[in-house]
Amino acid sequence: MNAPLTMRTYHFKIYRYDPDKDAKPYMQDISVECDPMDKKLLDAMVKLKAKDDSLSFRRSCREGVCGSDAMNINGKNGLACLTDLAAFPEGKPIVLRPLPGLPVVRDLIVDMTQFFKQYLSIKPYLVNDEPVPERERLQSPEEREDLNGLYECILCACCTTACPSFWWNPDKFVGPAGLLAAYRFIADSRDQATNERLDNLEDPYRLFRCHTIMNCVDVCPKNLNPTKAIGKIKEMMVQRAV
Amino acid sequence: MGRMVVGAHYGLKDWMAQRITAVLMAIYAVVIFVAVLCGAASSHEAWLAFMRGGLVRVISFLFILSLGYHAWVGVRDIWMDYIKQTSVRIVLHVLTLLMLIGCAGWAIQIIWRL
Repeated sequence: MNAPLTMRTYHFKIYRYDPDKDAKPYMQDISVECDPMDKKLLDAMVKLKAKDDSLSFRRSCREGVCGSDAMNINGKNGLACLTDLAAFPEGKPIVLRPLPGLPVVRDLIVDMTQFFKQYLSIKPYLVNDEPVPERERLQSPEEREDLNGLYECILCACCTTACPSFWWNPDKFVGPAGLLAAYRFIADSRDQATNERLDNLEDPYRLFRCHTIMNCVDVCPKNLNPTKAIGKIKEMMVQRAV
Repeated sequence: MGRMVVGAHYGLKDWMAQRITAVLMAIYAVVIFVAVLCGAASSHEAWLAFMRGGLVRVISFLFILSLGYHAWVGVRDIWMDYIKQTSVRIVLHVLTLLMLIGCAGWAIQIIWRL
């Protein structure tokens, strides 16, 4: 037998900004009633959108794979689709803002150009000049193991936009997501451009703006550790230099 | 937006120098702490005799150099984070260097004059 449905009302304070209409951003107070079937913050936001269709946010897979619905939730970056609604305390509004440090396109949608530009700058693909084998390029299970904790990144930008070093130098500092990806290819046994990759990062800005603040580790919705990857890159540079 | 020119090749050197100088300063701090516990600072005369010691002079000298280099990397990092205009930044870098070299010279002179 089904348990009786108990409804709960959630109060929100949402950052709203439409550059065509608003002179400047403002916080909108809005509430929505949810039933126990609404498990995640994204469920409540979809209901909000039905109530006020001018609210804009990105979402796609609704299960933490696509990385579209990254936003600042009560001051901490995260994915709306992985945030439990039940965990929000009663009586306090849920404050939603766009990811910090990137230009706002509208409401909770930010312009990710700078983020992806940094990601592309580390050449996020295998570089291997050997003739392509008939089947795949093989790795031992141990070599494959090295990629765990690196390849899972979904590029949601939660980490990079939580990083003060990226806020101050978004054009020069690669950022945690980009550096995690950089180490993913440095660590790959099939990649042959290790030296070039290290050269590309041996710069006071691109890698060494990281001051191990570790906001990236704190917010990553996939529980990855960019700080550890950055440490490994530094370790490889030291080994190469001394 | 212009081309991205990367690979200034001094990030690693300064990062390593900052860590090595930090270790040296930590060792010096422990040495001084232990010396004070053992009564090196029980009176002004005792403290003077301790600081005049040849070995203490040498490690104090190394400490001052470490502090200077460590502070240079740290303060320059702050200018790099917050000062965007190259000309202003160069002026601040030079002023920082002059200040640190001046202070280090002065401190070394004091230690060697004891």
